[in-house]
Amino acid sequence: MDRFRRFLVSDHAAGWAFILPSVILIVVFGLIPIVWGLVLSFQKAGLISPEREWVGFENYTRIVSDPKARQAAVNTITYTLLFVPTSILAALFVAHALNRKIALIRFYRLAVFIPVVTSTIATGIMFLWLFDKNFGLANWMLGKIGLGPFGFFEDPDQAMIALVLMTIWGWLGFDTIIYLAALQGVPHELIEAAAIDGASRWSTFWRVTWPMLGPATLLLVVWSTISALQLFDEVFFVTKGGPLGRTSVVVFYVYRLAFEQGLGALSLAGYAAAIAYVLFLVILVLTLAQFWLGRRVIHYQS
Amino acid sequence: MSSTIAPARARPARLDPSLLPGDTGMVERPRRRFLPFDPWHLFLAPLAVVMLLPLVWMVVTSLLTEAQTHHFPPVLWPGTPQFDNYLEAIRRSAFGTWFWNTMVVTVAIVISNLVLCTLAAYAFARVRFLGRGFVYFVLLATLMVPLQIVLIPTFLIVKELGLIDTLGALIVPNLASVFGIFMLTQFFRTLPIELEEAARIDGASRLSILLRIVVPLSLPALATLAVIQFMWTWNDFLWPLVTILTNQDAFTLQLGLATFQGAHQTTWHLLAAANIMSMLPMLVLFLLAQRYFVRGIATQGLKG
Repeated sequence: MDRFRRFLVSDHAAGWAFILPSVILIVVFGLIPIVWGLVLSFQKAGLISPEREWVGFENYTRIVSDPKARQAAVNTITYTLLFVPTSILAALFVAHALNRKIALIRFYRLAVFIPVVTSTIATGIMFLWLFDKNFGLANWMLGKIGLGPFGFFEDPDQAMIALVLMTIWGWLGFDTIIYLAALQGVPHELIEAAAIDGASRWSTFWRVTWPMLGPATLLLVVWSTISALQLFDEVFFVTKGGPLGRTSVVVFYVYRLAFEQGLGALSLAGYAAAIAYVLFLVILVLTLAQFWLGRRVIHYQS
Repeated sequence: MSSTIAPARARPARLDPSLLPGDTGMVERPRRRFLPFDPWHLFLAPLAVVMLLPLVWMVVTSLLTEAQTHHFPPVLWPGTPQFDNYLEAIRRSAFGTWFWNTMVVTVAIVISNLVLCTLAAYAFARVRFLGRGFVYFVLLATLMVPLQIVLIPTFLIVKELGLIDTLGALIVPNLASVFGIFMLTQFFRTLPIELEEAARIDGASRLSILLRIVVPLSLPALATLAVIQFMWTWNDFLWPLVTILTNQDAFTLQLGLATFQGAHQTTWHLLAAANIMSMLPMLVLFLLAQRYFVRGIATQGLKG
């Protein structure tokens, strides 16, 4: 009894009492799903039908011969390859432009940051309207300089590009904030020293500033890649995977398999879970590879 | 090459090399100024226009008549602004319900996260207890796995708990977040420990140290967590989409707006008005607490 009382007033009891509510929640809604998802991927299961049949690797082998899964993979890779480099390079330039003390700079920063807090649905509504084939402002403005008219989200060849443009608008502020913080961490002495040595602005940037931005760039590459591979909201709401399946990405396909065929026996929850797990492994491997690569080329300030 | 002294508005980060002793002679050519203002304005002003255009255009559209939205070339300014569109959008949809639900869910999650994450983070940062390192590591590992990946099993757990189609499905799984614990743990570790040690010697309990010493010192970090969590919850779409299946009384704003677009043969002037109203709380919060958003993103690198 005495030992128990001593435990109650000890740091062990205090520590566990403090973390327990959070830990229970995170185990139930964070940890168990990871394990359950793996189990589910080896089962033939509807979302709410009680019977679950063990099918081994059948769900995984099925992915290889599923043309829609292949299309989703191609679309996801295309989107990622377009989005990640473009958005990061744009943010680098914009952050460089915003990193100066000139008139109106607070207004310029605000304009770039505002899309960070607009939801994907709100953004989707704005761009559906802006890019409307018949009455959209974009077609009118582009028409003024002799371009178009464009179908944007309704044209199979343009929908992906329109999606990339829309998401860059939404993400630019986020990336820019990261780069701006990193730019402001570059010591003035280094820039001044380079200037004294007669380096041009251009070579000062690439030889001095750019290497110092390594950690920020790595963070953005990793983060943008992960979020690009998980694209869903915009596709679900704006293009519905179309036209002709040209914007059907992996998470969208997973959602349709599990939730859109009805929740009973028609739902392919097991198969969908298998695809989700493959995506998870791809993300994990890519992230580790990016960090490994980053370690080798990036200069970290001590 | 003249050694002009750079005008005062030259970039402050950069010294004019010609002013320095021991000049090597490789003096940068002074920039000729064709413009009465900084040339970066030529890039930044159009950029600001492009970034604000979708928002401004949404505001303009929300003030047009329905006929004006079906006009090409687009009507750039309504003759008489149709402020009634906002009332009409509320009447023609369940906007009030969506707004209220979103507010309830968001406030509940923000408050709960502030309390639970503070408790847990304080223990991880300051209390030595059995299993601390292991538990912290496991929690961080779950941060690597986003909802999109574990959507189906998480849905099944919430269904087992009987929460589907209720606001509980939106609130309960998000009462505590690994992100919040991680962020606050990092912050608490930077606080000077001497005050806390002195209080311990005076016999103060862990809880009163946390409330009287640590929390007052951590208000900026707590504000950052609050605004980021607010943004995530307010803007979340995927999770409400899968857990609120048929019960329209439990729709959130994002869910409602998404169906509004499908249900009415897209009445753009009303959708625009509803959209503006849905964004307003978020925009106001952003304008008031911009530095906390920026700090949260710059130090943690997080967007929803």
